[in-house]
Amino acid sequence: MTTTQLISVIDSEGRVAKEEHSLSKEELLHCYRTMIMVRAFDDVCLKLQRSGRIGFSIPNKGVEATQVGAASALAKTDWIFPSYRDFGMALYHGVTPLEMMHNMFGNGADTSQGRQMPVHFSFLDPIRFVSISSPIGTHIPQAVGAAQAMKLRGEKHVALASFGDGGTSSLGFHSGLNFAGVWKSPVVFLCQNNQWAISCPSSEQTGSDGFAVKGEAYGIPGVQVDGNDLLAVRKTVLAAVERARRGEGSTLIEAVTYRMGGHSTSDDPTRYVPKEELERWAKKDPIARFEKYLQRSGYWTPELGQRVMQEALEAVSAAARAAEQTPPPKLESVFTDVYRDLPAHLRKQGQEAFELASRKGDASAGDGKFPL
Amino acid sequence: MATLTLLQAVNDGLKTAMRKDPSVVVFGEDVGPKGGVFLATEGLTKEFGKERCFDTPLSEDGIVGTAIGMALNGLKPVVEIQFQDFIYPAFDQIVSEAAKFRYRSGGQYSVPMVIRTPYGGGIRGGLYHSQSGEAYFCHTPGLKVVIPSTPHDAKGLLLAAIADPDPVLFLEPKALYRSVKGEVPEHEYAVELSKLRTVREGTAVTVFAYGAMIPVCQKAAEQAAVEKGIECTIVDLRTLLPLDEEGVLEFAKRTGRVVVVHEAPRFCGFGGEISALIAEHAMEYMEAPIVRVAGFDTPFPNTLEHHYMPDARRVLDAIERVASF
Ligand SMILES: Cc1ncc(C[n+]2csc(CCOP(=O)(O)OP(=O)(O)O)c2C)c(N)n1
Ligand SMILES: [Mg+2]
Repeated sequence: MTTTQLISVIDSEGRVAKEEHSLSKEELLHCYRTMIMVRAFDDVCLKLQRSGRIGFSIPNKGVEATQVGAASALAKTDWIFPSYRDFGMALYHGVTPLEMMHNMFGNGADTSQGRQMPVHFSFLDPIRFVSISSPIGTHIPQAVGAAQAMKLRGEKHVALASFGDGGTSSLGFHSGLNFAGVWKSPVVFLCQNNQWAISCPSSEQTGSDGFAVKGEAYGIPGVQVDGNDLLAVRKTVLAAVERARRGEGSTLIEAVTYRMGGHSTSDDPTRYVPKEELERWAKKDPIARFEKYLQRSGYWTPELGQRVMQEALEAVSAAARAAEQTPPPKLESVFTDVYRDLPAHLRKQGQEAFELASRKGDASAGDGKFPL
Repeated sequence: MATLTLLQAVNDGLKTAMRKDPSVVVFGEDVGPKGGVFLATEGLTKEFGKERCFDTPLSEDGIVGTAIGMALNGLKPVVEIQFQDFIYPAFDQIVSEAAKFRYRSGGQYSVPMVIRTPYGGGIRGGLYHSQSGEAYFCHTPGLKVVIPSTPHDAKGLLLAAIADPDPVLFLEPKALYRSVKGEVPEHEYAVELSKLRTVREGTAVTVFAYGAMIPVCQKAAEQAAVEKGIECTIVDLRTLLPLDEEGVLEFAKRTGRVVVVHEAPRFCGFGGEISALIAEHAMEYMEAPIVRVAGFDTPFPNTLEHHYMPDARRVLDAIERVASF
């Protein structure tokens, strides 16, 4: 039941053997615009980080087709359990660059109140894009549980858990797949094999031939898909989603792709990534490939491409300016949401913090008397 | 003597141990060719080869579990957990296994190994790159817990930890990695475990702290001296488990006024242990209630971390409070 043949749809010249999808021109262009938006967001964040205006960001260059192709196979009623390199999925479903920028700046309008590091997003609408955790792999069994809840209630929704090649070494990967195999939960496991886990190549992550085969022993079909081919990712994830909706259980998908940037803005990949490898993969850029396909379909011209990128950069830059102007979280946000109801000891500690901050003159804007 | 940062001193300590003892092996995530995300293991693979310094799959449970096996069988693993926040998948191996092997086998089996990991806030790391989890581990008989605050101690304590016959959790204050510099002997030396260090002496108040809180306390003590004429002793605990209890009591008795500082949350934090120890054994010497300055009992925030972390101002407040009681 495991397929080790790499699934692709679009070849390197942008040709497709036969039209294998039902996407309209508008839908194809939405996928395209989302990929461009991811790249623009990356670009702007890199500049913001380099100029010290934000502390950190995670580049997505090279993996846009995996994120967006997978997101396009989900309905708004499905749940996404993402990793930190997945925000294209949120953008696809309508989260705005401004909502994301609030998190990058950790300001008071951020959904997590600036509590988390940048790129650790959390969104409820327009799709469940579940709060991202830094510890690798913890979300994988959680996705199984959320999916199992859907199944127990007789809903036809699915959960998608996305993680990296490194994530397959975590405890969560193994317990998650094991439970999903036993329960036949409606969950799709998306392993983004982008070849690197910070400086560790994926060949040092496993002794098996790729990651798709890992499903087999858990009783879960595994498939390998060309992660730089948006239509192939969409097709593969859609098949897994439909299978889950039919009650047939989960699928492990290995999207074979490439992290073209560093792990994060704190990382210098030139210390360990072979130059030839990067050059080889740069030729397989997922966006360029999709553009060739769109061009053949008569939907794309270089001028359109430039315009889309220009608009995306302007939108993201405007979002960054607005987020930067937005005041920081209020001091009380340190103490709220620890529990639903504020316990007495935290009320007291909050009061002390506020008094001290007032004396130092740095109770942040918007703080009145400690209100809790 | 060379002037090194705390990070360079750790690196120097590792190299010193590896040159001396061929059974020392270093492994973890990204510690090989990259030299670790903070570069603590820089150059080790180059000098000692990838049999002695190597990368592992992304599994803390695997790292600590295999290290235990190696330690049982004659090697001396010095493993790195990339951030202390990511140690929890290995909690079972540390707490149930490494710490209990000697006891449960009547001394037949032991686990001489070191787990190095950067801990603490101050780098805008949010919930999961900032935590100070020492209290979880100090509640674990069989384990030793060590935290340096100077380059000299970083090398000397690390070498003592590597030479120790039992498992040691070596917590490195990442906020100090590059911000403190100091003289470090080039030769091999050990700083004895379970012996505190006095950073500064004064007769009015004793401040107990460790790790990244030491420079914060130093700043507060300078201010207390200059602005208020209050002279403090600062004690760097250095080893939290087994604690230098006699040293703690001696310095508590000298002033009769005690402040305990750590960045971990206050509730069930290490400060509670120090306070209880003094309350049990030196109550009659106390001139003022013992005051703890600690992180709030909340997760570690990101944007507002400067409010969360104890700073010199909060320590100074506490010093004044106990001095004027
Ligand atoms: C449990 C745990 N250990 C270590 C880390 C530090 N860390 C952050 S990302 C990363 C590599 C992850 O690689 P992969 O799963 O392939 O995802 P990618 O970054 O390539 O998208 C590591 C080791 C962590 N976040 N969590
Ligand atoms: Mg990866």
